[in-house]
Amino acid sequence: MFTIVDKRKMSPEVFRMVFTAPYIARSRKPGQFIIIQQGGDYSERIPLTIADADAEKGTVTIIFQAVGAATHQLALLDPGEAIANVLGPLGQPTHIEKFGKVICVGGGIGAAPLHPIAQAMAQAGNELKVIVGARTKDLIIMEEEMNKISDDVIICTDDGSYGRKALVTEPLKELCEQWKPDMVVAIGPPIMMKFCTQTTKPFGVPIIVSLNTIMVDGTGMCGGCRVSINGKTKFVCVDGPEFDGYAVDWENMMMRLGTFKTQEQKAHHHCHIGLNIKEGEA
Amino acid sequence: MSHTIEQLDAEASVLLAKYSSNELKNKDRLAIPVQEMPSQAPEIRVNNMEEVALGYTEAQVIVESMRCLQCATAPCVDGCPVRIDIPGFIALAAKGDFARSIATIKDSSMLPSVCGRVCPQESQCQLTCTVGKVHKNVDKAVAIGRIERYVADWEANHGTRSIPPVLSSTGKKVGVIGSGPASMTAAADLRRAGHEVVMFEALHKAGGVLVYGIPEFRLPKRIVEEELHTLSDMGVKIEYNFLVGRTATINDLMEREGFSALFIGSGAGLPNFLNIPGENLIGVFSANEYLTRSNLMKAYDKAKAGTPLFDSKKVLVFGGGNVAMDAARTAKRLGADEVNIVYRRTSEEMPARREEVVHAHEEGIIFKYLHAPKEILGDDKGRVTGVKVILCELGAPDSSGRRSPVEIPGSEQVLSCDTVIVAIGNSSNPLIEKTTKGLKVDRKGHIVVDEETCATSMPGVYAGGDIVLGSATVILAMGQGRKAAKAMNEYLLAQEKVGGSAT
Repeated sequence: MFTIVDKRKMSPEVFRMVFTAPYIARSRKPGQFIIIQQGGDYSERIPLTIADADAEKGTVTIIFQAVGAATHQLALLDPGEAIANVLGPLGQPTHIEKFGKVICVGGGIGAAPLHPIAQAMAQAGNELKVIVGARTKDLIIMEEEMNKISDDVIICTDDGSYGRKALVTEPLKELCEQWKPDMVVAIGPPIMMKFCTQTTKPFGVPIIVSLNTIMVDGTGMCGGCRVSINGKTKFVCVDGPEFDGYAVDWENMMMRLGTFKTQEQKAHHHCHIGLNIKEGEA
Repeated sequence: MSHTIEQLDAEASVLLAKYSSNELKNKDRLAIPVQEMPSQAPEIRVNNMEEVALGYTEAQVIVESMRCLQCATAPCVDGCPVRIDIPGFIALAAKGDFARSIATIKDSSMLPSVCGRVCPQESQCQLTCTVGKVHKNVDKAVAIGRIERYVADWEANHGTRSIPPVLSSTGKKVGVIGSGPASMTAAADLRRAGHEVVMFEALHKAGGVLVYGIPEFRLPKRIVEEELHTLSDMGVKIEYNFLVGRTATINDLMEREGFSALFIGSGAGLPNFLNIPGENLIGVFSANEYLTRSNLMKAYDKAKAGTPLFDSKKVLVFGGGNVAMDAARTAKRLGADEVNIVYRRTSEEMPARREEVVHAHEEGIIFKYLHAPKEILGDDKGRVTGVKVILCELGAPDSSGRRSPVEIPGSEQVLSCDTVIVAIGNSSNPLIEKTTKGLKVDRKGHIVVDEETCATSMPGVYAGGDIVLGSATVILAMGQGRKAAKAMNEYLLAQEKVGGSAT
């Protein structure tokens, strides 16, 4: 079924995995996501972004950070093994058109789902600049891929270990001042996206963000992913995952991400142990 | 009021000995008391997820079946959406011929073990039952559902589950979207006619609402699995992780993937919220989310489940339907100290089945009638701390015929809680509508179908269950699945003739 054909460790916690999923590979569009569940009665369903897909080969590429129990279990799978359940593509595709000048900002593994969007924006005839940021050099991903689609890829790290020592908002602000973009797309941790919207706001540039909230089914049934958009409740799984960055109630969104904090911390401790054993053996 | 299963069985055995030797007259039958359903004691069952109702014993089911007058008019059959031969299966059960009794039910109903448990018999077959009419009390009608459940379970326990015969292949491929009661019924009937049937399920488990919605304590999941096994044994193929509209569209399936006809049974969709302030605070859940976490994801098994569930002490559930009861009783089992149902009307108007309400009462659920939620309150961390409600009184009947609640000015009060579960129904999921060219839906997004055939506006595409009816019952969904399958079989046959003459 969803057999893993390639797996690479991009940093101690970040993995790139390619698996077969012919329908998803054919149907997916930039901006959409999948939900995986690793079989049996007890495994959690988690949403993951799509980094790339090959319709011909029928494969889908994901890049994920092993941060919770389910992503740790996923990271333990090797080529030849299969992910039991993969549902997708979910959510609305990104609205792609020729806006003119577009800046794509990716933070952490947010750079992975950003790539197909940036690619589509370039193909639609937009002038493209890309900003990729992470905490440290090890966590910078997609640099090479982004270089292929944009002549101007700015790398920043929080600790200055690679590229500029800056948060992504610094070059974003400069570009807003000097380059005057027509559209910004930002994908990354919620706090980064929130600050991106604060950075672009004074310039009146539209900004699209992609939200990754708590989800169970991913088809609109549970409503766990709901966010407040311009004061109206929307479901990330069916109305999103992309929204007008200025319309998002960031405080509420970030707060809701912490709904199961206590339970998750317990689980995270357990799964880290599993992953370390595997690393030791390898 | 509740007796142990041993006591109930002993009482039934005495009655059985008394009546079995002589020919019963109607007067005798009417004198037999309704057999009480043996149940787990409330104080025990609130600590487990096991089924509440244990099922009749053999003596009980025979005694209960003897209460049926076998009246010529059989009004019970008219009360049944799939017109099961009720007097027929009851007569056989009264003789202890359970194999033929279940076979009689299965002529009309695909899922007797499910329907025996979750059908609202008191408003269907038992409502029209002559015995209940004579006693002027619907609670004294023949317990048709309990008898149905017994014979269905008898079959499962005796390993005599029969696989319905399948006609030789027609060479046609038919798709069934969703795997709940409407789809299961349609799939079985379509397969029986010899078509290749593929069932598309978005989730990682099949069964639809029977699996994600109805809790284990009301419908054990092994029963649903058993029914799905029957479908697989018949040759129905289940494609999991397939969301029609996203993974492939209806148009893709019909034009690219070679499906000759489709049945849409995708079910109720998006949970409704009240749109009052505070509904996005931490600790507010839709009943769908709460129940899906517990039922589908098995989050009640905290030691094993990867999916977390909110730790609740004091819970308020908004709504008065079966889903509200399920959510409240689940919260109680998951360890909440206090669980309240908050409902705007009174017990009279409450849509939940009486049996569920009685069970909830027994389990210590508190009912706050004539309370309307106005605002959910939270602390500085965004966690729910309480709900501001206003008291109501009943006014004139509304469009649904129920008396509508009228708020009493100045009667606001705050009920403290840490969890709110919103169980006020669903709206239809727009995904299929939005991704299908030529599919007609009504104002509420329900798919418009022909009442007789369940045919949609698209040739070869049929629909049934909650995506058509809004929120209906398992049996009504099954009825539509059956109706649609019949029409689809006729449509496919006609297609074949057209195709044949063209070549």
